[in-house]
Amino acid sequence: MTRKNYYILTNGLLKRKENTLYFINKDGKRPLPIHAIYSIYTYGALSISSQVVNLLSKEGIPIHFFNRYGFYTGSFYPRETLLSGDLLIKQVEHFIDNEKRLKLASDFVKGAISNMKRVLSYYNLDNNMDALLENLNSCDKITEIMNVEGRARADYYRLLDKILPKDFRIGQRTRRPPKNMTNALISFGNSLLYSTIISEIYNTQLNPTISYLHEPFERRYSLALDISELFKPIIIDRLILYLIKKNMIDKTDFEKDLNYSLLNENGKRKFIAEYDKRLKKTIKHRKIGRKVSYKRLIRLECYKLIKHVLGKEQYKPFISWW
Amino acid sequence: MISEAEKKLLVRGTQINYYFVCKTKLWLFSHHIQMEQESDAVELGKLIHDDTYKREEKGLILDDLISADFMRKGKVLEVHEVKKSNKMEEAHLFQLLYYLYYLKNEKGIEKIRGFIDYPKLRKRKEIRLTHDIEKRLEKILQDIDSIIKGDVPQPQRKKICRNCAYLEFCWS
Ligand code: SF4
Repeated sequence: MTRKNYYILTNGLLKRKENTLYFINKDGKRPLPIHAIYSIYTYGALSISSQVVNLLSKEGIPIHFFNRYGFYTGSFYPRETLLSGDLLIKQVEHFIDNEKRLKLASDFVKGAISNMKRVLSYYNLDNNMDALLENLNSCDKITEIMNVEGRARADYYRLLDKILPKDFRIGQRTRRPPKNMTNALISFGNSLLYSTIISEIYNTQLNPTISYLHEPFERRYSLALDISELFKPIIIDRLILYLIKKNMIDKTDFEKDLNYSLLNENGKRKFIAEYDKRLKKTIKHRKIGRKVSYKRLIRLECYKLIKHVLGKEQYKPFISWW
Repeated sequence: MISEAEKKLLVRGTQINYYFVCKTKLWLFSHHIQMEQESDAVELGKLIHDDTYKREEKGLILDDLISADFMRKGKVLEVHEVKKSNKMEEAHLFQLLYYLYYLKNEKGIEKIRGFIDYPKLRKRKEIRLTHDIEKRLEKILQDIDSIIKGDVPQPQRKKICRNCAYLEFCWS
């Protein structure tokens, strides 16, 4: 059975009866068979008993928590069963050794910029991403790499504004809180993606707290931040552009009282449904000789990192090939 | 719960199997880089972590392997490996031979008989541990240790990759 992501948007209670969890709220009771769950994403106030936690832990199912605004607040990261001391040492080694760290940090940004370029070319927007990629080669500090990334992203948003309807222009990227609709969508999507990546890392031997582009103290699972840079353009930004361009999302999906700077429940529902669809979408992977889903691509990225730190194969960041 | 000795034995047995199947697989498995999907390695992991797992299903009667009952004098210990097809792969053969070797040399159980059962074909084949095979096993164990100590072996694309749990790992 393939396990699925479950998204809970309302307040409620999670209960266990044998091997099934039940989500109970004012509208009733919904069963979640334990072997069908991959991860749980919860946006409301959720009460959980210790029996539930025990079962989730035993089955290795993470829960990601978001507050009602859709901001990520934390994860329940079950006890790790996939552990490799050798790998941990290598991961750390690649952090401590400055050259090794720079190589990985720069690869993440290279992937990020290349994928932004893909999005821009998809919409026929001329851009200078190649020049920025070029700049990466001369960076010998993490902050410099970060700066290139920041410049690329600013240009990227500026260019995307050209094809966005007036109401949906990004303008300045604003975070907490986002100041307009598209900023709200970007924040919401990036939080989702970050959590999805945490789940993928959980299913490998990688330690999620050791990162290369971001400082390990920036977030608890900072490796997920590193990896998310690669996938934000292809998974989140493409999704947002799609929703806006197809008129699938509009003003009524946002909280009017909050100046349209946050999705309302209906908006969240739509976004999540489309997001989940996208994670399941597959593309043909030449080397593997099979179709893989977008979600699986994230896992493959983890595998590539493992191979890199083990010294088996130089890491090449994911760059969308379609 | 499965004992440390049993765990080691199982790991060794699996390593021998992988030694014949693929050296990359052997290395990754031995360094605890295991895949979360259903696979031998994961089954083994479950076997080790989850005491509710039915051991008989593994084909090898592990419970009995070190149970005192069989050590009693006079009784002959039978070790069975159940196979679906009669394709007798070296990997399985040596895995079983290793269990026999272990019981003989580590546990001092001399009266052992190894069988490969083919329930579908209603056939049973007896496996014998000879002196030459013991020597060969020792050589294999040494080889395994030096492979594990070295760098991870480059994967080689082969037929079995398609059904291997590491497929996506090796070829991503
Ligand atoms: S995918 Fe192929 S090369 Fe990789 S471990 Fe499996 S059998 Fe070996």
